[in-house]
Amino acid sequence: MLRTPSPLALNAIKALVFVLCLIPAGQLALGWQADTLGANPIETLTHATGDWALRLLLLTLAVTPLRRLSGLHWLLRLRRMLGLFAFAYALGHFAIWIWLDLYLDWPAIARDILERPFVTVGFAALVLMIPLAATSNTFAIRRMGGRRWQALHRATYGIAILGVLHFWWLVKADVLEPLVYALVLAVLLGLRAWWREQERQRQLSVPPPAKHLQRPVIRIMPK
Amino acid sequence: MLIKRPSDILDSEITDRRLFENRRAFITRSGVGLAAGAALWHGLTSPARAARSSTNTALAGLPSALSTDEAKTDYQSVTTYNNFYEFGTGKDDPARNAGRMAVRPWTVSVEGLAGKPRTFDIDDLIKLAPLEERIYRMRCVEGWSMVIPWVGFPLAALLKEVDPLGSAKYVEFLTHYDREIMTRRPVLDWPYGEGLRMDEALHPLTLLAVGLYGETLPNQNGAPVRLVVPWKYGFKSAKSIVTIRLTEKQPPTAWNRAAPQEYGFYSNVNPEVSHPRWSQATERRIGELRRRPTLMFNGYGEQVASLYQGMDLRKHY
Repeated sequence: MLRTPSPLALNAIKALVFVLCLIPAGQLALGWQADTLGANPIETLTHATGDWALRLLLLTLAVTPLRRLSGLHWLLRLRRMLGLFAFAYALGHFAIWIWLDLYLDWPAIARDILERPFVTVGFAALVLMIPLAATSNTFAIRRMGGRRWQALHRATYGIAILGVLHFWWLVKADVLEPLVYALVLAVLLGLRAWWREQERQRQLSVPPPAKHLQRPVIRIMPK
Repeated sequence: MLIKRPSDILDSEITDRRLFENRRAFITRSGVGLAAGAALWHGLTSPARAARSSTNTALAGLPSALSTDEAKTDYQSVTTYNNFYEFGTGKDDPARNAGRMAVRPWTVSVEGLAGKPRTFDIDDLIKLAPLEERIYRMRCVEGWSMVIPWVGFPLAALLKEVDPLGSAKYVEFLTHYDREIMTRRPVLDWPYGEGLRMDEALHPLTLLAVGLYGETLPNQNGAPVRLVVPWKYGFKSAKSIVTIRLTEKQPPTAWNRAAPQEYGFYSNVNPEVSHPRWSQATERRIGELRRRPTLMFNGYGEQVASLYQGMDLRKHY
């Protein structure tokens, strides 16, 4: 059941994950309505949406290692939704910042993006997410071809690094929280690097074919 | 539309705090069913109000000409949205954790280059000079601000008591640190220290606060005694002071030691000098949605600009 859920069960899991991903947004919306987001509600909204964008991004990156370690291959079927939710929270985070916080003061927004390194990297991460979100559909995968699609979506690694950096550079003194995100990201990327290296070693260590199986090498000389 | 909340509330429109805090009783007494229903709804949807500590006692102050007549930030926000890193770096951490701090007995040692150095018991200290209510703007380096009715007296009155020597050029403030009840992580180099130049310390605006909103200070706001320097970023106004030292050399200050490129010794509110990581041109007044422009010296330029004549405030940020 858990190893290979039926299509019906998988749909139920997907629906559950969808609802879970909406809960933080729902809580914030209700909190805003009821004015229960504390003394500085705009700050609360900004921080919470940023936190959730980063958490969902790390969760997206956790799918492959979790799948490999647990053998639950259907986890892959949740990855697109998690990634799109990460993008949605990042977009909400950005919208709250430019609209509620800076009140569409475009010169101030441009100055912040250009002059404040923590804003610059956060903005870069958001922009880099756009092509990934736009190609997060079966049609795009088919049109691009799996290999190219995968190459493009490896940008997620860079986006996550930029996202953690965005958080790290913004805190005043206590880096404990961004440090936790950085460590989780380091594990997720480190596992991939480790597996890649293992695979490389394995390929190198494959013994060359026996003498009688070797074919004469045909050299193609350039003219 | 939510974003169209009025940002300018007349003082006359603000519900008296006593009435506000007794709103349930008020509504019950007025016996209007509709109002009761509204109150129920309000009670269901609004956050738990900060419990007023029973240890806060009334502490009235004489009105002061130095007070602003701007709308005060509500008590709830003033006492639940705080930076007091010893009790945690979240804004609501101090309100949650500072209750552990015992503020009696408490002494403040005034030492260093003084003719009559002395250790004051807090209850004597409070009676050192007539208490005044000073309604000041408070601008945090993070880009938010409040208007807070402090109760206290000028720091100058305390310094006069100890007879500063001519060689005393600076005043250092050291704050309470107890690793048993406060964070043990070295977020800053504890104990938190701050400092002022002697002329800044003697300035009539510089306040030694022992109360707010007509009561003794809640712990999270720096009980039992704190500094308030309204033309400087909030972190200069050290909380829960235990030592005041008169020195010849500029004392080290906590945030300057943590990040010297970001926080200078002076740290005057200055919209033209950005913090390296964010702009200081605007601020959000707590309770308002739109940002407002930040004023030079937090609007106290008329009183304090002369202290910095001839100084390059870009260099001495």
